[in-house]
Amino acid sequence: MAQPKAIVLRAAGINCDNETSHALDLAGAQVDRVHINQLIGQPSMLDQYQILVFPGGFSYGDDVSAGKILANQVIHHLHDTIRAFLDRGNLVLGICNGFQVLVKTGILPGFDTRQSHVTITYNDSDKFEDRWVYLKPQSDHCVFLEPGRTLYLPVAHGEGKVVPTDDAVLTRLQSDHLVAFSYVDKDGEPGPYPINPNGSVLGIAGLTDSTGRVLGLMPHPERHIHATHHPHWTRGAGPSECDGMTIFNNAVTYVKGHL
Amino acid sequence: MKPWRFEVFSKPGFPDVHGNKVLEDIRALGIDLVDAVTTAQVFLVEAPVDDAFAARIANELLADPVCEDVHTGRRPITEPQTTIIEVHLKSGVTDPVAQSVVTAIADMGAEATSVRTARQYVLQGTLDQAVIDVIAKRVLSNDCIEDCILGGSAEPPSPHLKPYALSLTHWPIRDLTDDQLMALSKEKDLFLTLIEMQTIQRYFQTQGREPTDVELESLAQTWSEHCVHKTLKSSVDMTHDGDTIHYDNLLKETVFKATQDLNKPWCISVFSDNAGVVEFDEDTAVCFKVETHNHPSALDPYGGAATGIGGVIRDPMGTGMGAKPVANTDVFCFGLPDKKLEEIPKGILHPKRIMKGVVSGVRDYGNRMGIPTVNGAVYFDDRYLGNPLVYCGNVGILDKNKCFKHQQSGNLIVVVGGRTGRDGIHGATFSSGEMTHEHESVFSHAVQIGNAITEKKTLDVLLQANAANLYESITDCGAGGLSSAIGEMGEALGADVDLDKVPLKYAGLSYTEIWISEAQERMVIAVKPENLKAVQAIFDAEDVESTVVGTFTDTKKLILRYQGQQVCDLDMEFLHDGVPKYSRQGVWQTPVLTEPTLAPKSDYTDDLKEILGSYNVASKEWVIRQYDHEVQGGSVIKPLTGVDNDGPSDAAVVRPKLDSNRAVAISCGMNPCYGDIDPYWMALAGIDEAIRNLICVGARPDRIALLDNFCWGNCHKPEVFGSLVRASQACYDGAMAFSAPFISGKDSLNNEFACEDGTTICIPPTLLISAMSLVDDARQCVTMDVKQAGNHIFVVGLTHDELGGSHYYKIHHEIGAHVPKVDLTLAPRLARKMYEAIGSGLVASCHDCSEGGLAVALAEMGFAGGLGLDVSLTGLPVSDDCQAVTSQLFSESNSRYVVEIEPDKADQFTHLMAGLPVACVGLVTQDAVLHITDAGNRTVVKADMVTLKEAWQAPLRW
Repeated sequence: MAQPKAIVLRAAGINCDNETSHALDLAGAQVDRVHINQLIGQPSMLDQYQILVFPGGFSYGDDVSAGKILANQVIHHLHDTIRAFLDRGNLVLGICNGFQVLVKTGILPGFDTRQSHVTITYNDSDKFEDRWVYLKPQSDHCVFLEPGRTLYLPVAHGEGKVVPTDDAVLTRLQSDHLVAFSYVDKDGEPGPYPINPNGSVLGIAGLTDSTGRVLGLMPHPERHIHATHHPHWTRGAGPSECDGMTIFNNAVTYVKGHL
Repeated sequence: MKPWRFEVFSKPGFPDVHGNKVLEDIRALGIDLVDAVTTAQVFLVEAPVDDAFAARIANELLADPVCEDVHTGRRPITEPQTTIIEVHLKSGVTDPVAQSVVTAIADMGAEATSVRTARQYVLQGTLDQAVIDVIAKRVLSNDCIEDCILGGSAEPPSPHLKPYALSLTHWPIRDLTDDQLMALSKEKDLFLTLIEMQTIQRYFQTQGREPTDVELESLAQTWSEHCVHKTLKSSVDMTHDGDTIHYDNLLKETVFKATQDLNKPWCISVFSDNAGVVEFDEDTAVCFKVETHNHPSALDPYGGAATGIGGVIRDPMGTGMGAKPVANTDVFCFGLPDKKLEEIPKGILHPKRIMKGVVSGVRDYGNRMGIPTVNGAVYFDDRYLGNPLVYCGNVGILDKNKCFKHQQSGNLIVVVGGRTGRDGIHGATFSSGEMTHEHESVFSHAVQIGNAITEKKTLDVLLQANAANLYESITDCGAGGLSSAIGEMGEALGADVDLDKVPLKYAGLSYTEIWISEAQERMVIAVKPENLKAVQAIFDAEDVESTVVGTFTDTKKLILRYQGQQVCDLDMEFLHDGVPKYSRQGVWQTPVLTEPTLAPKSDYTDDLKEILGSYNVASKEWVIRQYDHEVQGGSVIKPLTGVDNDGPSDAAVVRPKLDSNRAVAISCGMNPCYGDIDPYWMALAGIDEAIRNLICVGARPDRIALLDNFCWGNCHKPEVFGSLVRASQACYDGAMAFSAPFISGKDSLNNEFACEDGTTICIPPTLLISAMSLVDDARQCVTMDVKQAGNHIFVVGLTHDELGGSHYYKIHHEIGAHVPKVDLTLAPRLARKMYEAIGSGLVASCHDCSEGGLAVALAEMGFAGGLGLDVSLTGLPVSDDCQAVTSQLFSESNSRYVVEIEPDKADQFTHLMAGLPVACVGLVTQDAVLHITDAGNRTVVKADMVTLKEAWQAPLRW
């Protein structure tokens, strides 16, 4: 197909749109940064894109709770548009604040969008923290992932603790392979803080839906796309394809192959 | 309309993280009567909705369906022995959450006319009124901006304020005596001196009329120390150990003179715009500004620090035609955090509370703006108890061909961003005066409350408008508000302003309050009438308010009107150039100090541990991690580095343009301890430290730009001012020696606190040097963590017997006399050679040797790399007087670098450094032990790195 097109949504307080666009550009997508007011005014513009990204930031200051006001806006103005976008086989990615929005709209984990089964709440430490974490891919059907490849990416958030409503939901997240990533140590084993930086249940760092075409994650893949991003790059560390790039590359490759 | 009341609280089984935190803070005060704290977020919503819709607001918007419950109305609290305290913002204080809730309710299809939020605390335990008051005041609320309402039924006051009815006020001064002039200045909080009041009196005598209130207020703001720096620009008669020197203008003949004498072609705009601007690459310039926000942070640490960072971000935003902010810096000075509560004088918040508030303020504002906070420092000294120092900096990038403004008469004056409220009235004048134990109540209105998202939105649209060339000039509303922004932009032109057009947060502001309010998040642009529609379309598209409030004219007059009535008519020339010139006396008498005699020991491991654990040296990880230091995707050298990402980096490096490997390195240097011995050497040490921090990461020595921020005590005292003159002289000498111009600076004077008992706490002379340079290729940078066992450890630079003001003396409660000096010939040579070595790829790691001396630098490099070091002091390059082991280990001599070199590159490195004081002193070892032997091969330090790291990390691991 022609060059995949990605739309990176902006809103008041979104602040990772530039570097996220840059990552998609490196991955080979044609990228537009669009303010949500513009998309609400003209929802049909989504028709020309195959990848929709909710980037990181503090939409509306994270007032009430992280991502909540933007999620409310999406629910009331763009719900059907995004549902149709997904039904056409397209991809949705939410990073950090974008992940919070996807969960608070019910787009993730996507059991039944009218009810919330999962939330993302305050870190157990009750404070914002910027630190690097290891992520183990857990889902077998999420198109953004590379099975078996543990990623090293930074988190930077104060509200990143993923909590399901109850054990039944948790069981379903596991049995349906909806947990995209979990926090592990550098040997791939789960562990307490700071290996799990926020106290997420089961160390959940990211979720997908049943189609595998939606990914939300707290860590920032767009912050590990250049050799000098890796915190140990002066120690000679870091793979040739930067860990964060895998997510963007996989998305673009999927679109090229399937859409 | 009676508001809907919603209470949102944690569901059973989900932790109340805020409540637990509050309980911790209460117990930290020594109060153990409280058994538990639960919290609720309260929303008071005025909206014409029915019960069903109200339930939707509660369940769909306000409460998290998984972990929170919501109650409409007051939820019954049945537990015995509970105290309910509700904390409401004082009326007029910005409430960002409320604004977002209004937006969200609109998205749901209803219109809320008013939303207010509050925090409710339910304390369990038997508490008397006195204890409740302490908890309410010390933990739960801040008097300056919040009201506490006790009990389960009391209602907060109505938010609706009466509109303002114009009443033109004159403050007659033409016939006043000198005493009466001073009484007026004091009564109206003008902070104007007698000679200034007399100058103003003469002006209005000539005009043949009395001034209005807004005219006097405008003059007071424009002439405030904060805005014109009259002390640093005054003429000085300086007596130094009996010899007298005269300066006509201190600043112009020291700091600024160096910049002029150096005359660097890469300096684009220095000391003229809101930030200093230098070249970055062919198309792009980079600017840097550092400000202080000390007085507001003392009163309201959270709000003061948040608006400190918010304010300094607007400086680059208002530099040239507007820069894009790419990095923040922050440097704080506090009293000791373990100070006993009963030792804190009245009117002062506990230093730990100040520190926590300041850190969260910078965190919440900086992170929300999406600007990485990449470099900083924290210092502790009890003399900062009454006047904590909060330095905030911002670096921005802009087009090289848009570094200058060009407003013209006929341009419209457009206010963009936040609305104007009653917050921050008298900030500029207030920050120019001394603090007292009564300031808390008297100056509460000077505190400003920020809303980072408003500023972020404003930034987003201004960058678009700039790219489309839709405005002619821009500046920020900082200290002095519209008064200084429009006053400065119209200085050479003239301005006509209709104050009633300025959009307000709420009714009731007088024309004077509108003009001098320091409400945050406002920018002023000058727009050609034909571009107005296009520029407003950009702002409207992203919900940013923009309003035409007047016109730039060619009358050289400042005309203000309110509802058609003229309220101000001042000559721009008098407003800007009328401030009388001052002359000051400075005295510096070299103090008679002696070196202490400390009994020699055979082992200094415990001393090293104590220095590593002293607050100034200890790890600041608790602070650093709360800042997003990687947003914008340009991070190259992070503030924390090494194998476990927790070693202390020397400088930060960021790539502001994602498609380029060119980078900016940012660092700072400061050491108030040396100022007690000699502020001249203190200042030079700061310059040397900031520069060697840059050199350590691989930045260019020929593109270093410096910034000065003087925080001093009462400069009317000749000995206090004399120490500032000494430091200014050092700035000239240091800038010339390193060929590194100053590009911007700021001062905050009168940092003294008058206690109730009549005593005064004065800060030590505190000069922050911030430095910035370029890195041609980010991939050439190095970090400070050792990399590989078997590598050689070199020390570059000469160690002298300079323990004066050192941490070694400090832990032994001494000051000493031999303050570290800077060899102004050798230091720049060392810097250049180190740059060459790093640029040639010879260096595996490099660390600045500063506070705590060589021993601390070695320990930090070792534990950051997870390896050991085996070092002998035998070959250490030392001066003749530096034979004692303590001096060799702990002396804080400047211009020294500890460098790790791979064995096969050692010869090349030695060859490159020929003729300089450089020696190989040891090896990196696998066993993660720091082992140092003296010249007689006796062990003087031996400890495993885990123990040393723990000593360094434990004190501030909160």
